[in-house]
Amino acid sequence: MTNISYLKALNRAVTDEMARDPAVCVFGEDVGVAVTNVTAGLLKRFGPDRVVDTPISEQAFTGFATGAALAGLRPLVEYQIPALLYLAFEQIADQAHKFSLMTGGQARVPVTYLVPSSGSRPGWAGQHSDHPYSLFAHAGVKTVVPATPEDAYGLLVSALRCDDPVVVFAPAGAVGVRADLDLAALAPVPLGVGRVHRAGTDVTLVAVGAHVHDALAVAAELEGEISVEVFDPRTLHPFDWAGLAASLERTGRLVVVDDSNRSCGIGGEIVATAAEQLRLTAPPRRVTRPDGAVLPFARELDLALQPSREQLRAALRSVVKTAWEA
Amino acid sequence: MPDPAGLYRTVRLIRRFEQRAIELVHAGEIVGGIHPCLGQEAVAAGVCAALRPEDQITSTHRGHGHVLAKGADPARMMAELAGRTTGLNRGRGGSMHAADFGVGILGANAIVGAATPIAAGAAWAAVRAGADRVVATFFGDGAVNQGVVLETLNLAALWRLPVVFVCEDNGFATSTRTEAATAGTIAGRAEAFGVPATRVDGMDAQAVLAAADAAVAAARAGGGPSLLECATYRFDAHHTWEHVARPRYRGEDELARGRARDPLEIQGERVPSAEREAIDAEIEQVLDDAVRFALGSPRPEPADALEFLYADGSRPRAGALS
Ligand SMILES: Cc1ncc(C[n+]2csc(CCOP(=O)(O)OP(=O)(O)O)c2C)c(N)n1
Repeated sequence: MTNISYLKALNRAVTDEMARDPAVCVFGEDVGVAVTNVTAGLLKRFGPDRVVDTPISEQAFTGFATGAALAGLRPLVEYQIPALLYLAFEQIADQAHKFSLMTGGQARVPVTYLVPSSGSRPGWAGQHSDHPYSLFAHAGVKTVVPATPEDAYGLLVSALRCDDPVVVFAPAGAVGVRADLDLAALAPVPLGVGRVHRAGTDVTLVAVGAHVHDALAVAAELEGEISVEVFDPRTLHPFDWAGLAASLERTGRLVVVDDSNRSCGIGGEIVATAAEQLRLTAPPRRVTRPDGAVLPFARELDLALQPSREQLRAALRSVVKTAWEA
Repeated sequence: MPDPAGLYRTVRLIRRFEQRAIELVHAGEIVGGIHPCLGQEAVAAGVCAALRPEDQITSTHRGHGHVLAKGADPARMMAELAGRTTGLNRGRGGSMHAADFGVGILGANAIVGAATPIAAGAAWAAVRAGADRVVATFFGDGAVNQGVVLETLNLAALWRLPVVFVCEDNGFATSTRTEAATAGTIAGRAEAFGVPATRVDGMDAQAVLAAADAAVAAARAGGGPSLLECATYRFDAHHTWEHVARPRYRGEDELARGRARDPLEIQGERVPSAEREAIDAEIEQVLDDAVRFALGSPRPEPADALEFLYADGSRPRAGALS
């Protein structure tokens, strides 16, 4: 067993895939010196033909990765902060994602886009704290939000092997998480398959990204009072609806915690689908950032807008007490 | 070495292809309309004549000329415009997304300027693979004010990529004149990044070919990117719906002056008339066959509307509850 951080797991995933497949290459700002740590050691091992420091030109290097992918490579593009995905949204959602269909299946664009610290980081304020995964799921781009080191490894490996574009969000609140792992046993985690971190019978708590850890803490706290099943979808698009359905068969009640803005967020989609098609015995609840939120600088204001354990406890307690009107 | 008859043939093919396509738009067989490149054929013909089959191009919303000149089958191209399963993109792309990877066409692109970084990435991958492929990326004068084009010029110059940036300055971006949108010059943008720029008569296919030959040879030899600024003129509407709205942004005099320098005539004069007539007849036959093929081809099944969305073959769940 080795104690390994989430960031180190991402680093191992890229290193292993680059060693396995010469088509994998990395583009990004300051990836040579690995300012985010994810690309540590790659330049030395694989050289500047495969680890490419780019100018601060998100639109160009994102479109560039599409062209490289069309020519047979499998680029990983790293973005230093989540807001840069807005600059590159056209190149990801409107170009890379649409190539396969628009060309009638001639093209595949196996690019992985990685944000190794998404969501709030203390004191980083408005333009560094968004968590825009719902936008990509909405656009139909494969979207992954790993919560643990082993999932970070396994999902990034699968993203790099996927023939479609995949955006991987590493939540800032999760990248410091460590786990004791058998490194030799690290394995790919298929996209679109969720994970039940903790079994329960009263309510299913769907948690995305770093909030899986809050969900587990709250579930442990409430043990004896409420039996909480913690379901981590891991991939937001495609979503593991069968996994969620199975969990709701056991519990019938649903709380979702989602660190994106409420309106049109993935939390809304999970609740809507459950209401339309799955077994719910009580009205569901979601805990999210507010509509249209911009995270303020002051720590207490930043925290005030993010889903909290207090909100989770309250939502779980209220959901187990209610039922649909007869 | 220019092949006058070959260039003429390409210009003639593009001209007649588009005229036939416009007829099909008016007949309701091509839905959504097209952006015709009538008048601009010499740019496509000249540049693509300088390319080898394994070289690649990216194109624009006004891409029929580039796609045909690079070697796409006119019948499958026409079928694509008509939205048939036999089309280049199986009816999923249409006029603005026509692609044929088998002959190096990485796709027409409907977002102004967006294809330039894709071309640069493909060129980088070629260098990395040790291939001596060149990628030509076509864009209009309107695109030179897009940030992504300037970012890409920087990258291509920095990394000495085998990309030929081909700007078709047809005088307009929709109704906006080049000089009303563009501070400085088009060539100046390239030169700012150390990319050599050549201004060429875009109505003369041989002149375009000569300039493109030099640019392609330099790129192939490791000399990096260059820009061709092709002065051309759009004879017809920005888009076929312009015939409905009829916005006025140029007078009849100006149009007549522009049309007087017709690339078809300029190149046609260089070909003996008997040979020219034979080419014309052959192209009519090709296009009769293309239209017949397109209109006789099957339309896709509605149930397959999201086929090809993901390269892994998966399809999303239905949008509407069944
Ligand atoms: C980024 C972007 N902005 C606006 C449009 C709408 N649009 C389509 S074609 C066009 C004009 C483009 O002009 P130019 O690049 O000169 O090419 P031309 O049409 O003259 O061939 C515009 C504004 C678009 N497709 N993409």
